[in-house]
Amino acid sequence: MQVSIYRYNPDTDEAPWMQDVDVDIPAGRDLMVLDVLELMKSKDASISYRRSCREGVCGSDGVNMNGRNGLACITPLSEVVKKDRLVLRPLPGLPVIRDLVVDMTQFFRQYEKIQPYLQNDKPAPATERLQSPEEREKLDGLYECILCACCSTACPSFWWNPDKFIGPAGLLQAYRFLSDSRDTATAARLADLDDPFSVFRCRGIMNCVSVCPKGLNPTRAIGHIKHMLLQQGT
Amino acid sequence: MVTNATSLTRSGLSDFIIQRVSALILGLYTICITGFLLLTPDLDYATWVAFHGGTWMQLFSTLAVLALAAHAWIGMWTVGTDYIREHYFGQRATVFRSIYMVICAGVLFVFVAWSLQIFWRL
Ligand code: SF4
Ligand code: SF4
Ligand code: FES
Repeated sequence: MQVSIYRYNPDTDEAPWMQDVDVDIPAGRDLMVLDVLELMKSKDASISYRRSCREGVCGSDGVNMNGRNGLACITPLSEVVKKDRLVLRPLPGLPVIRDLVVDMTQFFRQYEKIQPYLQNDKPAPATERLQSPEEREKLDGLYECILCACCSTACPSFWWNPDKFIGPAGLLQAYRFLSDSRDTATAARLADLDDPFSVFRCRGIMNCVSVCPKGLNPTRAIGHIKHMLLQQGT
Repeated sequence: MVTNATSLTRSGLSDFIIQRVSALILGLYTICITGFLLLTPDLDYATWVAFHGGTWMQLFSTLAVLALAAHAWIGMWTVGTDYIREHYFGQRATVFRSIYMVICAGVLFVFVAWSLQIFWRL
């Protein structure tokens, strides 16, 4: 199979370039894209990418495979390879550090902005803050996010305004804390989001939904946030 | 909170609501005009003037003109802040964006003033 991989080493390369590599795929097996990267790295140790858990849990190996963002470790070749060819690029829109490794600072800065931790101004109870099963259920489809950045780097609004628009990943987490029964900072959180950029730059393109490897739906969460803003505003 | 002086209301929510309400007004206005044109087979100048001469129609037209101006401003501002950015233009982006917004404002001002002049025969 032919793999075309994005190469860039700021120390030696003036500009990024695409390297074509022929990779022998063992017959009769559907490898994951990460396996292919490992095969390539065993031949050329200079190829750089991030990975850790190799099972879709850590969120470190988000890459762009044949034009689609996803986690290399849980994306089988059969799902992405077209005409026996695989093009591997770093996640779009973020500065490239080297090869497939991107600088996630901007992504995490947006995450930081939504204050991703529980805030409660009531005195702490002796044991714990309890939730009913129904209240807990509201966090389903939100807490599972592994911050892989596949969604935000597939979002045109995030490409255009990565410093102002929170992006789908951050907004999904914003809603996770807005809908937590134990959090008492709802009004302040909403007030922080009511500018023309943070939430309202979402144009409902739904690229985020189509690429999320965890099957989450940031667009729906953004809709809920808009609805909450509307209710608070009227 | 991201602030920006040139957005219409500085609140994303208000801009959002204005965008939806103005779209609704423009939709109704379009239906109204189209309906009139369809129901008036032999339209001549006198009928057209009489149709627009009623106070209600004058008010409706004014509302539609203002809705279009607000709608256009929010839309053009969004497009401007999406595409005229430091990423493409470096330090000059703010200057370019200001020029672009001044042109938009100028066009919209002329459009509103001229429309009101026509509809109210000033
Ligand atoms: S929402 Fe999905 S795609 Fe986005 S960061 Fe979380 S897990 Fe990744
Ligand atoms: S739905 Fe919103 S957040 Fe998701 S990709 Fe589209 S613009 Fe971005
Ligand atoms: S290596 Fe951890 S998610 Fe792929």
